[in-house]
Amino acid sequence: MIRFDEVSKVYRGTARPALNGVSLEILSGEFVFLVGASGSGKSTFLRLVLKEERPSSGGIHVLGQDLGAISSRKVPYFRRNLGVVFQDFRLLPNKTVFDNVAFTLQVIGKSKGFIHEAVPDALKTVGLDGKAQRFPHELSGGEQQRVAIARAVVNKPAILLADEPTGNLDPETSAGIMALLERINANGTTVIMATHDAGIVDRLQRRVIEVIGGRIVRDERGGGYKTQAHPVVNQGFGMAPSALPVVAPFAAPTSVGEQR
Amino acid sequence: MRLGLVLSEVGQGLRRNLSMVISVVLVTFISLTFVGAAVLLQMQITQMKSYWFDRAQVAVYMCTEFSTVGGCDQQVATPDQVALVQAQLEGATLAPFIDTFYFETQQQAFENFQEQFAGDAVADLITPELLPEAFWVNLIDPTQSAILSDALGGLAGVESIVDQRSYLDQIFDILNVSSLTAIGIAALMLVAAALLISTTIRLSAFSRRREIGIMRLVGASNRFIQTPFIIEGVVAALIGSVLAGFAVVGIVQFFVQGYLAETLPLTSFVGLSDALLVVPILLGAGALLAALSANVAITRYLRV
Repeated sequence: MIRFDEVSKVYRGTARPALNGVSLEILSGEFVFLVGASGSGKSTFLRLVLKEERPSSGGIHVLGQDLGAISSRKVPYFRRNLGVVFQDFRLLPNKTVFDNVAFTLQVIGKSKGFIHEAVPDALKTVGLDGKAQRFPHELSGGEQQRVAIARAVVNKPAILLADEPTGNLDPETSAGIMALLERINANGTTVIMATHDAGIVDRLQRRVIEVIGGRIVRDERGGGYKTQAHPVVNQGFGMAPSALPVVAPFAAPTSVGEQR
Repeated sequence: MRLGLVLSEVGQGLRRNLSMVISVVLVTFISLTFVGAAVLLQMQITQMKSYWFDRAQVAVYMCTEFSTVGGCDQQVATPDQVALVQAQLEGATLAPFIDTFYFETQQQAFENFQEQFAGDAVADLITPELLPEAFWVNLIDPTQSAILSDALGGLAGVESIVDQRSYLDQIFDILNVSSLTAIGIAALMLVAAALLISTTIRLSAFSRRREIGIMRLVGASNRFIQTPFIIEGVVAALIGSVLAGFAVVGIVQFFVQGYLAETLPLTSFVGLSDALLVVPILLGAGALLAALSANVAITRYLRV
């Protein structure tokens, strides 16, 4: 689904790489938390998956496509397979909920008939049916994030990238959003979520990838925000060996091909 | 559906940026009017050249009793000398280049002069003796006056050989300089217009950066994102071009045909048909200019 091979990213004008020799594989249908301090490289990771940035070295495969081989003209078509959600929602303030979600489909040239079927469907999925004609400023933060999620999944993407989707929300609302993301994941969409919310990570017990200073220091299934049980990858990726618990690898995806 | 969406984006952009759009319209209007004027001036020069150069003659002036230059020695050219020149003009060497020629006596020259300068004080001072006899030669190819100078320049009794085109050239030089000035101003204005258009488009893109960001995120193709902005620039520039077209036609209709042609009835001036020829050039230039500069401006927003 997503495979990074020794990927490094150095932004121009900086000496320290934002990502440093990262290799990992995310399988179809997984729910992955990306944790780490601000500036650790989580957002760079998501931007690389979206091909908003190109890696300084290393190869990235997403959905069976080598991102290095996609011409910039083809990038938009590649992105139609991905949904993205942000901390700040990024809704269009002058459009209604319906139009915000429909906008996604309009700009990729979907027919009116398709839009009138898909948008209410997506709004129902996120629990906003009945609020289609509201404007974003008339909604609560949690509802706005639901609109953003509806927009991200209305085109049935294979992967949903969420960059701190609960960062602006109170715990109760966050729980609602997480339930929604889990439901989307249960329907087969791979979800990758960058977060600082320890409570959520601990509660869901999903795969956790911890990034520090551009390196993966922990990759475990069923992990918490801090705990370090069941690492998926136990090669140290350049970190001090003592920092990494030596535990038997858990379902290490060593030879999984480019499956979707 | 998609077309409607693109057009509604264009309309939004134009409305949101109204003052910038108006300035684009005005700048393209004025710069293209200059372009049109320069083109028309060039047409006018070409037209006058072909008109006057066809009528331009080469004068072979014979000596008068006052002339000291050329083959003259303060003596009137003798009939023998005149006959010799005439024989040369009719001879095998020169005849192939000559269309027609005629001889003008001092008396005829005097009458022509009186007619030309009637009412002028100089007309009273001139006597026939002051004016030279001359052969007026129409060449088949008006540019070949050098042949006559070579063949007849050294002959006794020939004062000078003058190509009337040399007088015309000065006039055309002046006209050329003014048309070049117009082109120079037009070029500067066009640069300003191009920069203004790209600034306007950049502003427009900036005010819609949320939409553009989301469009890029959800995979709208670059062309889909670009098109409204390019159309926006082209629409603004086309309005300016149309105004410039009206201005050019108006100048020809009311100033050239209405005023100049009345005042100088003997000269032929560019007409409406020429002006109508210029209008599509202006429209094309305006649209192309806008499309290019808008494209350059918006491409910056789309770099992946």
